[in-house]
Amino acid sequence: MASTRSIALDARAVARTLRRMADEIVELFDGTDDLILVGIQRRGVQLADRLVEMIREREGVQLPRGALDITLYRDDLQTVGPRPVVGKTHLPWLIDRQRVVIVDDVLYTGRTIRAALDELADFGRPSRIALAVLVDRGGRELPIHADIVGKKLDVVQPARVDVQVSELDGEDAVTVVTGGEA
Amino acid sequence: MNSPHLGKDLLGLEELTAAKIQLLLDTAEPFKEISLRAIKKVPTLRGATIVNLFFEPSTRTRISFEFAEKRLSADTVNVASAGSSVSKGETLVDTARNLEAMKIDMVVVRHAASGAARFLAQRIESNVINAGDGTHEHPTQGLLDMLTLRDHFKRLEGLRVCICGDVLHSRVARSNIWGLQKMGAEVAICGPRSLLPNHVESLGVHVFRRIEEAIEWADALNILRLQLERMQGGYIPSLREYNRVFGVTREKLERAPRDILIMHPGPMNRGVEIDSDVADGPHSVILDQVTNGVAVRMAVLYLLAGGNPALAEAAKG
Repeated sequence: MASTRSIALDARAVARTLRRMADEIVELFDGTDDLILVGIQRRGVQLADRLVEMIREREGVQLPRGALDITLYRDDLQTVGPRPVVGKTHLPWLIDRQRVVIVDDVLYTGRTIRAALDELADFGRPSRIALAVLVDRGGRELPIHADIVGKKLDVVQPARVDVQVSELDGEDAVTVVTGGEA
Repeated sequence: MNSPHLGKDLLGLEELTAAKIQLLLDTAEPFKEISLRAIKKVPTLRGATIVNLFFEPSTRTRISFEFAEKRLSADTVNVASAGSSVSKGETLVDTARNLEAMKIDMVVVRHAASGAARFLAQRIESNVINAGDGTHEHPTQGLLDMLTLRDHFKRLEGLRVCICGDVLHSRVARSNIWGLQKMGAEVAICGPRSLLPNHVESLGVHVFRRIEEAIEWADALNILRLQLERMQGGYIPSLREYNRVFGVTREKLERAPRDILIMHPGPMNRGVEIDSDVADGPHSVILDQVTNGVAVRMAVLYLLAGGNPALAEAAKG
C-alpha cells in the first residue's frame, strides 16, 4: 500500500508554534531563574536550541541548553533492541535545585520521557521538571503528560508522525504518514 | 542471543568487517562520557548475567570488563581457574555448560589456548566474548587501541602504526594488525627475528629490523610486553641487550622526524621494552588506552545484547 503524507505543520506554523511554546515556558516558571532546557536526542535538541534563542530574544537571558540521549535507559532492549549507535548526553552543569524543561519533538507512548526522567535522576535532583513537546500524538502507555504542547494530533497507530527540522532535514515540518512504511 | 550488529559472539577482529569495527568504535565514543558522571551507571543490561571466565591471570582486562558490565547494570560473576573446579580437572566446556545451566547470558573468556573462545562459542548458547586466547587474538584490546589512535589523530586511514617487540607471542599484535589494516592504516612490525612469526610476510605488514627505522617511519608505536612467561629461553640474548637494541628510549625518540604517539597494552616491563621516561612522557597515551578499554567493552556488551534496530526506531515514543 502506498503511503500518504499530510502536512500537519509547515515551516511557518512550526516557527509560530515554537514562539508560543517559548512564551509558555517563561510563563509556566514565572521567569527564567535557574531554568535549563534539555533536548532529547536527536530532534529535541534542535527544538530546544530554537526555544533558547526565542527566550533570549524576548527576555534577554541566555539559558543553558543540554542534550539527553536516552538510548541506554530504554526499557525494551531485550524485546526491540536499541538503536545501534548511542548518541551523546551533555549536561555540563549541576542540575540540583535547577528547574529543567525536557524538550522533545513527539510525545507518543511516554516511554522515551520515562527514560529521560530516569537519566536526569542519575545526574541530580532538579527542583522541578517540566515537559515541552512540539507534537502530542496520543497513544500513551504510561501515565505521562506534557506541560507544554505545540500541537495536539489524534493519530492512530500504525500512522507515524515525522518531525523535520532544518538543521538536520533541510526544512521545518510536521508530517503525518499513513500506509506504506508507516 | 544473536545481535543483528555483531552476530552471537565477538571472537576476533580478523572476521569482522570494517563496517562492524567502525560501528563498535562509534558506539564506544558516547560510552566514554558515562565514566565521567557522578553516577557511573546506566540501566541498559539490567537483569543480564555475565560470567568472566579467566583461565589465565589478568588484572586490567578482567577489571575493565567488570567495570563495563557493572556500568551497564549487568550482574557479574568472576571465575578464575585457581580455586575453581578447573583446578580439579574440569574441562572448559563442562565449566561453561554448568554456568549456562544457571541461566547466564554472556561469557567473557580468557584462555591460554588459541581458539579456545571459538571452541566455547560453538558449544554454548550464551554470547561469548574473547578476552584473549593464547597467541591468537585479543579483540577488545585491538579495538581500544584503534579508539585511542582515532581520538588522537581523528582518523585511522593512512595512519602508520608500528607494533614493536614480541609479536610472536602477542595476541594483541594480531588483533591490531587485522583491525588496523581493515580500517585503512599502514601497519609495520619491528623486533628481533626470533620474536617475529615465521609467516610474517603473509600478514601484509612492513618489517623493520631496527627500532630506529620504525621510529623514523611511524605515527604511533604500539610497544608490546616481552612475554617472559611464554618464553622457554633462547629468544633473546639478555634483557639488557634487548633494551639496548629494541627498547624505546627517550634518546631514540628524540631523533624522530615527528612526534610519535606511544602506546603499550600493559603490563609494562619498564627498562626492557620501554623506558620509564617514555612510558610517563608527553607522547604516551597508555592510560588513555586503559580508560578507552572500559568504553570499548561497554560497546561490545551493548551491541551483543541488542535486538533489531529497525524495530527500535519504530518503537520510539
